[in-house]
Amino acid sequence: MSRTPLLEVETLSRYFPVRHMFGWQLGKLRALDGVSFAVRPGETLGIVGESGCGKSTLGKVLVGIHPTSGGRILFEGRDITARSVALRRAVAPKLQYCYQDPGNSLDPRWTVRRSLAEPLVVHTGLSAGDREARIAKILHQVGLPPTHLDLYPHELSGGQQRRVGLARILTLQPRLVVLDEPTSGLDVSVQASVLKLLRELQETFALTYLFISHDLSVVRTMCDRVAVMYAGRIVEMAPTETIFAAAKHPYTLSLLSAIPDIGGRRVTDTFALEGEPPDPMRPPSGCRFRTRCPRAAAVCASTDPPLRHVAPGQSVACVLA
Amino acid sequence: MSSTHGSDVATPGDNLLEVDSLFVSFITGAGVAKVLDGVNLTIRAGEILGLVGESGCGKTTLANAILGILAANARHEMGSIRFGGEDLLAMPRSRMEDEVRGRRITFIPQDPYGSFNPLFTVGAQTLEVMKWKSPQRAPGEGRGIAGFFSRYPRARRRTDAEAIGQMLRAVQLPASAAVAGKLPHEFSGGQRQRLMIALALLPQPRLVIADEPTTALDVTIQAQILKLLKQLAKRRGISVLFTTHDLGTAYEICERITVMYAGQEVETAPVDDFFRRPHHPYTVRLLDSLPRPGRQLREVGGEIARLIDAPAGCRFHPRCARATDICRRQRPPVTSLGGGHEVRCYHPIVEAASR
Amino acid sequence: MRAARDIAAKLLRDPSATLGLLIILLLVAVATFAPLIATHPEAVWDMNPRHRLLPPSETYLFGTDRMGADIFSRILFGARITLTIAILAVGAALMIGVPIGLISGWRGNWLGETLMRVSDIFLAVPQIVLAIAISQTLGPSIENVILALSVTYWPWFARLVHAEVRSLKNETFIEAAIALGVPTWRIVLLHVLPNVMSPIIVRTSIGMGFTILTASALGFLGLGAPPPAPEWGRMISESREFLPEAWWSALAPGLAIFLVVMGFNLLGDGLRDVLDPRIRRGNAGR
Repeated sequence: MSRTPLLEVETLSRYFPVRHMFGWQLGKLRALDGVSFAVRPGETLGIVGESGCGKSTLGKVLVGIHPTSGGRILFEGRDITARSVALRRAVAPKLQYCYQDPGNSLDPRWTVRRSLAEPLVVHTGLSAGDREARIAKILHQVGLPPTHLDLYPHELSGGQQRRVGLARILTLQPRLVVLDEPTSGLDVSVQASVLKLLRELQETFALTYLFISHDLSVVRTMCDRVAVMYAGRIVEMAPTETIFAAAKHPYTLSLLSAIPDIGGRRVTDTFALEGEPPDPMRPPSGCRFRTRCPRAAAVCASTDPPLRHVAPGQSVACVLA
Repeated sequence: MSSTHGSDVATPGDNLLEVDSLFVSFITGAGVAKVLDGVNLTIRAGEILGLVGESGCGKTTLANAILGILAANARHEMGSIRFGGEDLLAMPRSRMEDEVRGRRITFIPQDPYGSFNPLFTVGAQTLEVMKWKSPQRAPGEGRGIAGFFSRYPRARRRTDAEAIGQMLRAVQLPASAAVAGKLPHEFSGGQRQRLMIALALLPQPRLVIADEPTTALDVTIQAQILKLLKQLAKRRGISVLFTTHDLGTAYEICERITVMYAGQEVETAPVDDFFRRPHHPYTVRLLDSLPRPGRQLREVGGEIARLIDAPAGCRFHPRCARATDICRRQRPPVTSLGGGHEVRCYHPIVEAASR
Repeated sequence: MRAARDIAAKLLRDPSATLGLLIILLLVAVATFAPLIATHPEAVWDMNPRHRLLPPSETYLFGTDRMGADIFSRILFGARITLTIAILAVGAALMIGVPIGLISGWRGNWLGETLMRVSDIFLAVPQIVLAIAISQTLGPSIENVILALSVTYWPWFARLVHAEVRSLKNETFIEAAIALGVPTWRIVLLHVLPNVMSPIIVRTSIGMGFTILTASALGFLGLGAPPPAPEWGRMISESREFLPEAWWSALAPGLAIFLVVMGFNLLGDGLRDVLDPRIRRGNAGR
């Protein structure tokens, strides 16, 4: 894989204004607060964190569903932060977003054929015949029979809907796909087949994935590198095995210690993290994790640690690491 | 304080709850769905039993059957649920409501966001629970016209209030005094589950049914809640029926595990034995499909058995590589493999698994 | 379209909806073929004083009115007027209300709010009073009735569409379409509009019944088509002085109005039952 990043994000922020009932602004909900990272072509970067950490917002801001409140997004070297209509149309085919349940992204009143054809109609000048050929090919590549083209989403099973949703994204042959919690809520056996399908598609279409998930064990099997988010910031970023073997940020360590390890120690015996994530409107001064951090020191209240390099490929946002 | 629970006082190790050959079907527009197909289950006093299965396996229906809250289109065809020597399915509804449900057997639901009435304060809702389900309450107290004036005797109110205060501290909710006046939406999911645990334990039940209580929670909050639940249950000698589809959670909190597939229970074993040496082909494949570093992802293959035209015999046979003729005709009986490990299979996998 | 056939099949399984549908079809057939079915087509407009106020008989199925015209034939021709008023009034209300609802629902900002307040103003105007005012100024005619009705009915569609569009905006598939780069006009016309069609259809059917009732009231008051147009409301009004002896001259048009309005209402209710759960199931099939 080449070394020039496909996607670069620089101090990306997204604030949601919180308003009183009369429209006065009470405060800002800092969903994303200065996030920076880069994604190389062909890799799978995992974004992990718990609710409220900003990972879903990150995915949506990247694809332009939400506007930014600060920072820059560079895709293929081009600044796409200010999303004008023309820019959006140029970029959208190559930078796609996949919902937690891709079946839900289909219009329930449109047949599969029509839903699959729509991206092509909007973005390409292909003739009807060419479109039909591409659709048939994609459907085959996601493992669905051509008879499904004339069905409606509610006539398909959940798994089949999911495949159609994925196929629709792939009709435009994107370069990067943001996967938002692709395995949440799935039974273990279904999860395995979804992950397998994602791997196959990545190979077939030479895709780069941004894999957003709260499930660390899934992330471990799918991702090359992992970024851990907390309260709108990235607190640690490193190759996958480094995170699991040698994490340095106290939050990452707590997160890892919360994962059940079948056959190993019991979390219920060893887990020590108390409390809950901070109110996104009023984060603590200094380091946001300090109110729960077992290693918090006086300096943590006054400095907001930036993400800095501590080992080859590993960055941590902690003054004590 | 004396409890009026009489007949179900059991010493640890005795069977507290016995489900025996339970058959439950649902009449739907599309046909009759045989959701529970002769299920056997035992829960011992003071133990935490895990009921593990994927969606559609019937674990929620089983929990509902025990509590007596099956839907209107459910038909209980055969079998019994014995609790403290009585068959719950034969018990009159009024007794079930008054003495068992929410009192001797309590419930922690899956969705922390839907379990409270959004219009009333948490304090008011907790008091409501204590009014009807306090361990100090005599059976039938406050009911009917005669009970109108003795609805909530003053003598009880003070002891109940103390009990509530203690319980809120026990579930580690911050500043219990402030909790009472707040509305449910002012609490996070994790805090609401702590409240639900409190409400489930206040009546001093013998059995708590926890239906996937941590599925909707973040993993660190999940760890906190599991730890709390385990601590409280063990300390008070309360049995827990813990349903989940997440094997990791089952490993954490359960002492014994029963696996269900499509309305049939297929394997039961003490937890460590279960994960180290699974015997049923479904269990083995389930454990195999857990994501593990450095290993190929293995799928279970096939589709989950439908409950309306369910396969005859062992319901897993269409997806099982080891299925033979008898598997298709007759449901396998329980085979005991020693050490409390039981399996329902004609061809159990006996060599040691890789874990 | 397969979907349309499914809906029709479902509808026909509901007896009251089928009844409503049959009544409406009957109305349309009667209006279309009035000249052929009417027993005395020429007597609708002519005066025949010798045969005035005759009770129902074999020659005059519903009797005759004060002018001696055959009531049965008048009813049949009156169906045309009724249907015309209903279709044009509701149609105009649709044409105005739906686009306004789409724009205000999709935009949602000050424009949306303003449009909704405007529709509130129109809603506050009582239809009959406005109709009287219009016909006083512009003279009584069918066109003015249609004007009054459509001007007061479009807010119903606008508000309905506005509410539906606002909730639809949060649907995943709409968000996905935005993420896919689909232009706004395409999303609104091809995704949003078809998905709000069901409530619009239901409202249209019920609106027809409502409109006919109001139009009849206006006809009764003397607004609307001038005599001797066989407008049902006017027919009732004209029969007033001869009641209770010539009961047939009021009963026939009264029954006609009742049947037609009931027909539209039954059809509308049936459509609502058929269309709504299908949408819910489509999205919430889990």
